[in-house]
Amino acid sequence: MSGDGSDPPRPGLDGVRGLALRGVTVRHGSVPALSRVTATFPAGQISCVLGENGSGKSTLVALLSGLRRHDEGELLVDGTAVRFRSPRAARAAGIATVWEDLAVAPLLSVWRNFFLGAEPTRGVWPLRRLDLDSARATTARAMARVGVPGVDPDQPASRLQAGERQSLAVARALHFGARALVIDEPTTPMTVARQTLFGQTILDARAQGLAVVVITNNPRYAHLIGDRFLLLAGGQVAGTLTREDVDADGLTALMAGGDQLRVLTDALTALHPELGDR
Amino acid sequence: MADRLSVSGLPRAGAPRAARGRWVLERALTRPSLPALVALALVVAFFALKAPELLSARGLAGVVDVAATLGIGGVAVALLLVAGQFDLSVGVLAMSSAAVTALLVGHAGWGMWPALLASLACALLVGVVNGVLVVNTGLPSFLVTLATFLVLQGTTLAGVRAIAGSGRISGLDDAPGWSSAATLFGSTAQLGDGRFRVSLLWWPGVTAVATWVLWRTKFGNAVFASGGARTAARELGVPVRRTTVALFCLSATAGWLIGTLGLVRFAAVQVGSAGLATGIDFIVVAVLGGCLLAGGYGSALGASIGALLYAVVRQGITLAGWDPPWFQALLGVLLVVALVANAVVGHRLKGVPRS
Repeated sequence: MSGDGSDPPRPGLDGVRGLALRGVTVRHGSVPALSRVTATFPAGQISCVLGENGSGKSTLVALLSGLRRHDEGELLVDGTAVRFRSPRAARAAGIATVWEDLAVAPLLSVWRNFFLGAEPTRGVWPLRRLDLDSARATTARAMARVGVPGVDPDQPASRLQAGERQSLAVARALHFGARALVIDEPTTPMTVARQTLFGQTILDARAQGLAVVVITNNPRYAHLIGDRFLLLAGGQVAGTLTREDVDADGLTALMAGGDQLRVLTDALTALHPELGDR
Repeated sequence: MADRLSVSGLPRAGAPRAARGRWVLERALTRPSLPALVALALVVAFFALKAPELLSARGLAGVVDVAATLGIGGVAVALLLVAGQFDLSVGVLAMSSAAVTALLVGHAGWGMWPALLASLACALLVGVVNGVLVVNTGLPSFLVTLATFLVLQGTTLAGVRAIAGSGRISGLDDAPGWSSAATLFGSTAQLGDGRFRVSLLWWPGVTAVATWVLWRTKFGNAVFASGGARTAARELGVPVRRTTVALFCLSATAGWLIGTLGLVRFAAVQVGSAGLATGIDFIVVAVLGGCLLAGGYGSALGASIGALLYAVVRQGITLAGWDPPWFQALLGVLLVVALVANAVVGHRLKGVPRS
């Protein structure tokens, strides 16, 4: 959908394109929010991350999008270990995020929201200024692409309907996400039409070879669109499945059994410490 | 499934566009300076009847003389308010930086320009300290700058008295470089029977630059986002901390400019207990100009109009021969009206709940 800056496939160090975590631990103070998580989010596939509240999903989003840094392990982008200093660095690496809260500033105009943090400029320093015309035009085009044509880019974002704001967040991520798309499913309820557009956007991004990471609470929806599933429980990987391994009911059951699975994982890890390194 | 589906076939969730007239009204309401402009027109009309000499050249010179200093500080404070921060220390910083300049010139025998640069560096240092404290401790900037205010005021009063022996340092006009500094910061022009000062040029200059920066640069975008949606700004990688520190430096520079204008005007510096009022005046002016105290909304032009409003009321009351305390009462009324108007506008703007 975006097409901007999508490079031809480049095999990385170990030939895996996309994002990968290798034994990643992220601590909030002394409490690990993610502990020794290993996972891959390959390019051209949709990886769904499932788990209950507090299972580390938000921390995973924050890690992938540069808001948090890992304490141990490695974060690999196209096979290269990276450590993002800020969300700006993650965006520069082509990883764009649709945040759970959409990250839309209500008092700013639509185009200012669209380019917030990555504004197009022209001129040289003391006179370097925003490129208003191109920003407005790009915003209108990108909004039309996600099914909201005819938006006045100068109106404040607060005047958009809730659904249109979701589209704004998605359009922005598509525009800046050259390599990977991280979608933390919005908490606001979506209409079926909006959800359809959302799903379609995700599938389009996959078709373009982006690594798509969808964080969701809905196993049926995940099974509908996802190629791979990462189950998180208590900050640890409770299971890695592909579409071939499991059907929608199985996925739902696993989600529901997340707690038992964690107890099981903990018990097994206690007996066989080598399991924890997996 | 990977094929592109047609987007156009899906129903659009957009709303029918609002009626044209309402759109124009809403567009006008998104201009933060509008209420201040209306209030200014009313106040000017009122005092033109009560004290006609307000509109003479002499009266206008008096008004812009008051408004210019307030406007320069008000614009800087308005930018901070837009970013969701306060600065109470601008007024006292004006006094402190002027005192530093005066001590360097009058006692250490420095030239005018080196002394001005040194005091600017001191002011910037205070700005950095303010900014870094606010950003790193997460304390409300209101309290941090209140502390700065107290420290600066105490240090300046005690320091000047200890070094100069009294609270007044005069005879600065024989320092090397005085004449060029006086041209830049202290020129006057006689128009009719009114004497207009060069601060009249500094004030619109500062306003114009601030307006341009706020609306036309990345930095301006970061200022708006830092105040209006800090979480979103952080999530998108907007440098909120750097922006905040830069804004405190900016308000410190405004304080230095105000201090310098005063120093050059009198060729002397008088330090005294300015009181908190000097710090609060700038915030009053910014709020009169339509800045929301919650941040994310406001304009430099609004703050300038707010300064003009403040100055018209003050001079108008003097010229109308009223007892000066009435000024405070009227200012309070204006402030309440401005706060209510801002709250209404802000409510309208945020009418759609943030998801």
